[in-house]
Amino acid sequence: MSRIKRIDVLKNKLLLVSIVSLIFSFIFLFIFKFFFLFVGFLVLFIILLLYNFIKVTRKLYDVVGTRLMLFIIISVIFIFFLLLASLIQGSFRIIGEESLSELVFSSTWKPFSGEFGLFAVIVDTLIVTAISMLIAVPISLLSAIYIAEYAPKKFRNIVRPFIDVLAGVPSVVFGLCALLIFVPVVRDTIAPFFGNKISSGFSLFTASLILSIMVFPIIISLCLESFNSVPLALKEASLSVGATKWETVKKVIFRASGPGILSAIFLGFGRAFGETIAVAMVIGNQELIPKSLFGPGQTLASLIASTYTEVSSIPILASALIFVALILFIVVLIFNLLGYFVLRRASKRWKY
Amino acid sequence: MLASVFIVMGSLILIVAVITLNGVPSLSLEILTQTSEGGFYLGPGGGFLNAIIGSLLLALPATGLAFLFSIAIALYLQKDFLHPSFANFIRLCLDILWGVPSIVYGVFCLTIMIAVGMIGGSLLFGIIALTLLEIPIITRSIDESIKMVPTGLKESAYSLGSTKFETAVKVVRRQAMPGIIAGVLLGFGRGIGDAASILLTVGDSNYFPSSITDQTAALPTMILNLVSMPDQVVQNKAYAVAFILLVIVLLISIITRYLTKKSSKHIIK
Repeated sequence: MSRIKRIDVLKNKLLLVSIVSLIFSFIFLFIFKFFFLFVGFLVLFIILLLYNFIKVTRKLYDVVGTRLMLFIIISVIFIFFLLLASLIQGSFRIIGEESLSELVFSSTWKPFSGEFGLFAVIVDTLIVTAISMLIAVPISLLSAIYIAEYAPKKFRNIVRPFIDVLAGVPSVVFGLCALLIFVPVVRDTIAPFFGNKISSGFSLFTASLILSIMVFPIIISLCLESFNSVPLALKEASLSVGATKWETVKKVIFRASGPGILSAIFLGFGRAFGETIAVAMVIGNQELIPKSLFGPGQTLASLIASTYTEVSSIPILASALIFVALILFIVVLIFNLLGYFVLRRASKRWKY
Repeated sequence: MLASVFIVMGSLILIVAVITLNGVPSLSLEILTQTSEGGFYLGPGGGFLNAIIGSLLLALPATGLAFLFSIAIALYLQKDFLHPSFANFIRLCLDILWGVPSIVYGVFCLTIMIAVGMIGGSLLFGIIALTLLEIPIITRSIDESIKMVPTGLKESAYSLGSTKFETAVKVVRRQAMPGIIAGVLLGFGRGIGDAASILLTVGDSNYFPSSITDQTAALPTMILNLVSMPDQVVQNKAYAVAFILLVIVLLISIITRYLTKKSSKHIIK
């Protein structure tokens, strides 16, 4: 009883405060000409007035809260399409001036003389990504299978934090380490070993090495997830008919979690494809078709990072860089969709 | 197989060791407490306090904003609110956004900057880019832990007469607390370390930013600037900055572990 009374008293006071705030707002508007305070007090007045006359019930909280959440979720979907639309809209200008085939298949990138051929950069990107995946996939798969199936529990508890921390290391730190370790190693040891004596160390191969380290944690943690979701009964059935542990891994676990592995590789590919800073620091930043693996190059993402400073002097360069970002976005989109459909088809076919 | 595990572990140890060995010698009290006015990029002297503050001013508001968005999205993705097929479509969109390279967010903000006419960058656009980057990361982590909330718990809340919103905010949110903490700190770690998205959007400055439209320095972009300088003394400062960045990231990882362990004490299994 007393609580209800207190609320009534409070509400009467609120009404008073709201009227006072209305008076204040007009004082500020007409006497001090201070527009912001006028608006502020007006908003306060409206809120207090609404609070006085609308009965705040749990039902109202429910409706308002749910609508607010729906609004937020729609706005994020809207951002997704806005991203795509603004990238397409921004690259209209460069597509208008140079034809699409010229952009993709010409290999001279000279922004100062108005030539924007991306062919060399695309080739470099594909090479770097392919090599880094060639290094990363076997190592990650083997370590994931070891951690999931062979390792004792104690060892597993030591390794997991390592993978989590490695996933969180900033890419600029990776780049710095590559600059300090991989560049000299490639220059002095690996390149001469393959018969290339003039390599500066800033090369496609160096970039691939650091990229492969960066995608380890992604592939490992996603593979671990899908290995752990293989039912125990499947493994036990395989072991009970006399298969060795390795045979079980190869023929049961790999096959049962195949789609999971594939989608992990797709995601790792997406990360390697779009990695910017670490690559830009060690790849040498020259838009050439590579003569050897140990020569300098440029990937799509690092192209943006290393040339954006000239945007203010060459206006059309901005449009060209937006076009590059559009390519990155679309490729990642395609790979994510591929991973999604592989997983969905597989989950329809195999049910256990 | 064991060898490949050791390659993975070894690469982390190598990175931490290299940054520590190179970073600690050029670290001193004054480099941590001064701003980079004057000759920081030219020789000895000066510090990078403005970059630390700038990074925090970028990452903290971005994480806060991204958290508000993410928790609403993740709670709404439950099947109490949305039809599962539509929820899966939104999850697919978020997964695609999760995989989008961070430089694309930077370019997206660059297009906005060109449209608005503010070339050069500011704190505001850096925060927008980082928020966009962090939303999918945090949402995914919260969503995973909300999926684990037992249906019985929600049903008992409904049977006591609570509304959907009350159940989501008071019961499900509390039960998913470890995932929420882990997600927010993960997002913060990604945000503070990401260079590509803020490289195009925040510009550079030697002072503390005084308003939201000011240009600002940040730790990752400062490393890039320092490395490109010819002087060896200046280059060594990059390792000191990287060391601080690495310490922040490791601290976040430890805090995450501690807090998730602490908060998972109170959830109902």
